[in-house]
Amino acid sequence: MALIKFTNKGIYCTKGDFYIDPWKPVQLAVTTHGHADHVKSGNAAYLCHELTKPILLHRLGGDLKIQTLAYGESLLINGVQLSLFPAGHVIGSAQVRLEYKGEICVISGDYKVEYDGISTAFEPVKCHTFVSESTFGLPIYKWLPQQVIIDQISNWHSSNQQQQKTSVLTAYSLGKAQRLIKGLSLLQQKIYVHSAIANLNEAFIKAGVDLPETIRISPEISKSELQEGILIVPPAVADGRWIKTLLHPATGICSGWMQVRAGRRWRSSDAGFALSDHADWPGLLSAIKATSAEKVYVTHGYTATFSKYLNEIGIDSEEVKTQYGVEDEEEAVY
Amino acid sequence: MKRFTELIAQLESSNKTNDKMAALVAYFNEAEEQDKPYVIAMFTGKKPKRPVSTALLREWAIEKSGISAWLFAESYHNVGDLSETIALILPPPTHSSDLKLSEWIMALADINGKDDAVKKTFITDSWDCLNISERFIFNKLISGNFRIGVSGKMLVNALAKQSDTPANQIMHSIMGKWKPEEITYQELIVGAHVNTDHSWPYPFCLAYALDQAPEALGEIQEWQAEWKWDGIRGQIVKRGGELFIWSRGEELVTDQFPELHFLLAELPDGTVLDGEILAVKSGKVLPFSLLQQRLNRKTIAKNQLENAPIGFYCYDLLEYQGADQRAEPLKNRRKILELLISGIPAQENLLMSPVVNANSWAELAEIRMDSRAMNSEGLMLKKLDSLYHSGRKRGDWWKWKINPYNIDAVMIYAQKGSGRRAGFFTDYTFAVRDGDQLITIAKAYSGLTDAEIKEVDAFVKKNAIEKFGPVRTVKPELVFEIAFEGIAESKRHKAGLALRFPRIARWRKDKKVEEINTLADLRQLLNSTLG
Repeated sequence: MALIKFTNKGIYCTKGDFYIDPWKPVQLAVTTHGHADHVKSGNAAYLCHELTKPILLHRLGGDLKIQTLAYGESLLINGVQLSLFPAGHVIGSAQVRLEYKGEICVISGDYKVEYDGISTAFEPVKCHTFVSESTFGLPIYKWLPQQVIIDQISNWHSSNQQQQKTSVLTAYSLGKAQRLIKGLSLLQQKIYVHSAIANLNEAFIKAGVDLPETIRISPEISKSELQEGILIVPPAVADGRWIKTLLHPATGICSGWMQVRAGRRWRSSDAGFALSDHADWPGLLSAIKATSAEKVYVTHGYTATFSKYLNEIGIDSEEVKTQYGVEDEEEAVY
Repeated sequence: MKRFTELIAQLESSNKTNDKMAALVAYFNEAEEQDKPYVIAMFTGKKPKRPVSTALLREWAIEKSGISAWLFAESYHNVGDLSETIALILPPPTHSSDLKLSEWIMALADINGKDDAVKKTFITDSWDCLNISERFIFNKLISGNFRIGVSGKMLVNALAKQSDTPANQIMHSIMGKWKPEEITYQELIVGAHVNTDHSWPYPFCLAYALDQAPEALGEIQEWQAEWKWDGIRGQIVKRGGELFIWSRGEELVTDQFPELHFLLAELPDGTVLDGEILAVKSGKVLPFSLLQQRLNRKTIAKNQLENAPIGFYCYDLLEYQGADQRAEPLKNRRKILELLISGIPAQENLLMSPVVNANSWAELAEIRMDSRAMNSEGLMLKKLDSLYHSGRKRGDWWKWKINPYNIDAVMIYAQKGSGRRAGFFTDYTFAVRDGDQLITIAKAYSGLTDAEIKEVDAFVKKNAIEKFGPVRTVKPELVFEIAFEGIAESKRHKAGLALRFPRIARWRKDKKVEEINTLADLRQLLNSTLG
């Protein structure tokens, strides 16, 4: 029997009797990272990286039974040796490595290969079976280095300042927001964050993450003060009415979808910056090749195209239907 | 090239007209002199000869990026634009280039007629020294299809602002005959190649939609009723021995309508007519869809001249014997206009827009019911003592349109809206039945209440089948009544026809998807308008 099985509850480890990122309640949910499409409430127990714990407590709340591991640390569950390796996606994100009688399987959750300055850098893990995402699994998606994008944002902000516009960046509150805060901290500008982001930041700081200083947006801060800084808000807020109360707001979306002009035009945003927490096409391929895996399961994104391509270049691959990959638009505002 | 790339990025990074204007003005302040006429040519649709076919471009891009043709096709499908797909899919550039935009355009012109091998070397070497945005523009220079949300009018306004020159003069100048390689920016602005003194039109007088019973307007005897024609509102200007035709969009369209050029000889100098440009055959006004075939063409084919001959239906007289007539009451203006037109030898191409006579509002309402048979949109009501106002003014002129066409269609795609309704699925695509298939027929945004939008939004979230970027394919279940103003043949749409001004009339919760209209119903409707 294979070490993992794809079931209607999620990815199941047959020998260890636990699930990885299940979307229905189970006894033990091994959690790759804290995005809403990878972790649901209602599981009896969670196992995750130590920096994912504050996210789960913050987002799922209440009395959670959470066991944590550091990267590289391992644990034996029903004879299956489980360990976590950095996935580079967001703070605390992990690839789950399973080993049973010499057979190794890695479930990568979401990942990116470029170091973003704040999430522990992605580390390739040798395995027999690799489970990969393919959110940007088309050869048109090739990211520019992070610093180039940060420079683009910086130029955009200066031009906004000259025109007396308020710079508003939209970014997911978990991941992209912290990455931007870190990347933009060198600009010596005040960074104002929406409370959804501020709350998460506080949770991270409490857990010992070193984050640059930001200011929580509140009604006490005048609109002209905001105009002088850079605002970071979750996407749902950028679409809302509050934005219109700012002084000449200019919105900039930070997302891999902004690589394509149509992606920029679909949203009613002023600017788009192709900054993604997912691996681009060369990133996916280099990560997969580095695992030397004999079999690759593709869980979400351009699954059909990407696995067809893998087969074409001689890597045995199969697409799998899962419920991952919906966080992009449906992320709730906290 | 770098400054132009920056301009394109700025134009794309805002959807506000003011920002785009500012970007254009800044560009024309800062750009290389030689580049400016090329940019104006590009934005006004003056296309150079295409030096390389798209098939070859695609082939070379596939080869250079080292991927299979199917994967290229898959990528293209997701990007939706060939130039952009190629720009994104190629390996990163190896070096950069400082060539000016005009130099790139001339270099491309130079490879015309060369061997494919020479062309290939030039194109692939060029790709190697351009970044993604520059490559996109380079590819667009080859295909000549530059659509980046700058209308002719916006460009003209920007040039007018930059050079402090009246917009009409600039419009006239850039509509004239010139070649970017033979003219300077300054000559183009001044209009050295055309005579710009005589062309200027007047602002159009516009009407509000009638929002009350016509009886509220008072005695019918004080009013003049005319058909509301569904064409292009226009002004014909004859001054200084030259003829100019302006469209309501303040675009000079003289060249598009050769049927009206005889007026150069017939109209006295110092005459300005307000009227409607229509397709007219054997005394009958043809539907807008036929007129449409004649619009925005650089060249007009013989069969287009035969299928959709142009006529000008005169509404009003704005200038006569060189004097502004707009302060005269309508009945006086009309009298002189009739006299003027009657003096022109009988021509099918220039007619008075007839006055519709009725003794009572009720009788007029009766006549109005026949509008559609005449390919008119209803009636215009103009007060006989009204002046010719600039723009829209309540009270003197009203449009009294007939009700639109209706069909029942099912929603099959949904997309999130923007602005106030952002975050909700508010933009829908509708389909009708064609055998056992559903075929897309219209996209519509408005017409539902906020409560209904929330309800539809919840349905979309629960019933999404597939996701293409921001678009959701949804279970075909919700039926809507779609209202529209006209129907036309269309090669661009899968259904083979397109609706004019479609919008949601109401949500037909009482109807099932089995009860929606069919493509055959729409075909029949189309044929009836053409008959």
